[in-house]
Parts: sequence; structure tokens; C-alpha cells
Amino acid sequence: MRPLLERLAAGEVLVGDGALGTMLFERGLPPGEPPESLALTRPAVLEEVARLYRDAGADMLETDTFGGSPLRLALHGIESRTEAVNRAAVQAVRRVAEGRAYVAGSCGPSGRLLEPYGDVSRDAVSESFRRQMEALIAAGVDCVCVETMTDLAEAQLAVRAAKAVSPGTPVIATMTFDPTPRGYFTIMGTSVAAAAAGLAEAGADVIGSNCGNGIEHMVAIAREFRRASTLPLIIQANAGLPKTVAGRTVYDETPAFLAGKARELVAIGVSIIGGCCGTTPEHIRALRAMVDGVRR
Amino acid sequence: MPVLTELADAVILGDPARVGALTRQQIQAGVPPKTILDDGLIAGMTVVGDRFRVHEIFLPDVLLAAKAMYAGMDELRPLLVRDGVPSIGTVVIGSVRGDLHDIGKNLVGIMLKGAGFDVIDLGHDVPPEKMVQTAQEQGAAVIGMSALLTTTMPAMGEVVELLRARNLSGTVKTVVGGAPVSAEFAREIGADAYGFDAGNAVDVVKDLVGRR
Repeated sequence: MRPLLERLAAGEVLVGDGALGTMLFERGLPPGEPPESLALTRPAVLEEVARLYRDAGADMLETDTFGGSPLRLALHGIESRTEAVNRAAVQAVRRVAEGRAYVAGSCGPSGRLLEPYGDVSRDAVSESFRRQMEALIAAGVDCVCVETMTDLAEAQLAVRAAKAVSPGTPVIATMTFDPTPRGYFTIMGTSVAAAAAGLAEAGADVIGSNCGNGIEHMVAIAREFRRASTLPLIIQANAGLPKTVAGRTVYDETPAFLAGKARELVAIGVSIIGGCCGTTPEHIRALRAMVDGVRR
Repeated sequence: MPVLTELADAVILGDPARVGALTRQQIQAGVPPKTILDDGLIAGMTVVGDRFRVHEIFLPDVLLAAKAMYAGMDELRPLLVRDGVPSIGTVVIGSVRGDLHDIGKNLVGIMLKGAGFDVIDLGHDVPPEKMVQTAQEQGAAVIGMSALLTTTMPAMGEVVELLRARNLSGTVKTVVGGAPVSAEFAREIGADAYGFDAGNAVDVVKDLVGRR
């Protein structure tokens, strides 16, 4: 496959994958178990989900390593398995992706607040990300995806950790914003413009937003990113916000709705369009059809 | 500017050294501890909560203000105990069994303390039994439960059931919250209330204890 960044530089629009956690719970991940543990116990499930997204037309498949940094794994007492968890998760997706999609090593927040707001030092978080990045990159990811970040300082530590391990591995970095009367901010107070500048400064190759919003807010967020940056952009929207219907959590933005609005992302110049919470292989299939139907 | 207003401002600005110094100064000046608490520390945290609610300030500002408030509370607590000043209520909070997310729950704890509640934070992954037992032992008026995962939400219902089984439903009220939780879900499991965010959680807990 052509290197990811070359295709983005050439103006191609790629399709990401959809939600992972819900797919895993549907396949029997017990409540309270970390999704990352499946890499060790039932890697076939990870392959199955990756195959569903690949067959739906995703160009990029994320690994089940969102909580795969040792600080996060420590919540479950399995931080000593960091290398094994990340390696097995990458291998599962690689077996499916081989030659047809990029493998993106997912890296979510540490789950802790950095000093001075919280009790964990930058050095500790940095070392935690370094260990995960080393494992992901050694296992052969095509890129890493730092995501769902709300603290710019923490996002930067993750990006820098990846670049320190392997300067040549593309780094995607996305943050989660809330709509406020004064525009979009993360809960930690980072604006889209500040995120764009800060992520670029840390060395991210592709920047944008995931989670927290349905596609309509994501279009507005993408516009702000485009104004603030010339880097390739990525948007991975939720299928709306969760609602409870008859005791079940549902996300009600349909594949057609997502794909229809996501057309605007193409017009804005977003390079990678995928889904986050609540999206399914059907959402990705709709995005694939939309992207294939639009010629820039 | 009156000193208590200065104290409230120091809380808002998140300046623990100044909050500690002003609190000591007011204690020495003979101002009743309860007045310092209400018109200084709680007044400041109320402004912080309101500003956070309308997105005028963000989580870091709230966390720093809370640290400042605690500096004042450390000075006041022994005096409040000595004077037998009751808090407006005790709330047991925790992320439910299986749920390891606690940033949202921590924020609720900060806001409740900022409103004058005694808060017993049991942390994350708290078994239903432990929540109920702690509430019983500590004479808590409310149990506040948080979940970020749809898969851990059912544990909230178990707490409600456990209280019912022990005839505590009227004595210990329940409030639930967290990203996937809704008012409808709260009704469904028989919880007494639902808080849609940290600021709202304080309002509904005040309602539950009849302090609003």
C-alpha cells in the first residue's frame, strides 16, 4: 500500500472505521472487563469486528488499544501485560487489514489528570505513553491514533512519545470538544484553534476531532480546524448523542444522515472520515458510498 | 472590599495560600466559622459552579478553586466540629461496580463539597453493598452513583433494590448520573433523581435533602 501520508497529500479522502466498544460488548465482553483484555483472551473477536469494518469499506482500522497504556491497564491490574496486550491487538487487526487497510494503533487518555489539577506527573504520563507506543509500533502499526483527548498537554505527551519512538510513523491526533456559547472547547478549556496549533507543534501529522458530538457539530468543528491549520484533517463523529430507549442506550443518527452531512466534510477538505460511539459497519458502508460518489 | 468577599474571590481565583490566610484572619477576628464557610468558601464555589455551568470557565479552573477551598476547610473543620455545626447533609458517592471512570464523579464531589455537603467518596468500581453499608454507617442522606459505560449502569439499579430490601428507601435517597445515564433510566430503576451534569447534581441533591 502507498504510505498513508502520501495519499492524503495527493488529496485522497479515506474512510475510517466505526465504534469498537459496543461491538465488543455485543460479542460477550463482560461488563467491567477492560476491552483490551480481549486481545489476549479472544483475539478472534477483534478479527471479526475488524473484518466487518474492512468489508464495509474502511481504509483504516483501529486497534483495540484505546486503554492500552500502562496507566490505564493498571486500573485492572494488568499493566505488566502492556506489551503483550498491544502486540496481540495489533496482530489481530493486521491479519485482517493486510494490504487492504491501514492499521491505526489507538491510544486514548491515561484516565488521570495531570498535575497541578490532578495527581499524576507529566513524566509518569509520558513514560506510560512511551511504553504503549513502543509496543504498538514494534508490532507493526501503519500509524498511531491519539484520540478522545481533552487535555492538550496530555495529547502532546502522547504525540511526542510516538515521535520519539519512531519519527517516521504517522501520528493522527484528535480531541473531543463540547459546544459552548463561545464556541467549541474541550472540557479542559482547549479551543479548536489551540488544539490545532498545539497538536501540530507536538508533531502530529493528521489532526481533528473524534467523539462527543454528532455529525452536525463535527462539521462546524472541522471548519474551525480548516481555518486554523493546513495539516490533513480527520473527523470521527458519534452517531449523535446517547439516549435511553426502553432501558437500552441508543444513538439515533442513521447511516444515511451521517453520510449526507459528512459530504460537507469532504467539501471542507477533511482527509479521513470515520465514526466513533454508536456508529456501525452500516454507517461506514454509507460513508464509503458517499466518498466514492464525490469527486473533489 | 469586605474580607469575606475577598475570601470568596480567592477561592474563585484558585489561590490556596490566600484562602488559608484569609480564613485564619477571619477566625482570629471572631467571625463565626459557619459564616466564614457560607459567605466565603461556599459563596466562592457557588460562583465557580455557575461559571463552569455556562462554560465561562473550564475543569482546570474548578479543580484549582476546589484545592483553594480545601485550604480554607482545613482551617475551619475543627472549629465547625467543636461548635457542633452540622453540614447540610452527607452524601456517599462512587462510580458503580465495574466502572473505572471517575473524573466526572470527582467533579460532582467537588461541587457537592463546594455547596457545603460532607462527601464520602468511595472511588471507582464500588460494589452496591459497600455503597449501601457506608451510607447506613455514616448516616448519609443521599447516595450518588456515576457510570460512564452502558454496561455498568445496571449496578445502579442494584443499589436502589438493596436500599429497598433493607427498608432504607425513604431514609437514603439515590441520585444517578454519567454520560449514558438519563432521567428515563433513573425512573426505570427507581432512583430518586438524575443529575445531568455536576452543577445540576448539586441542585437535585439539595432538593432531595430539602435544602433549596
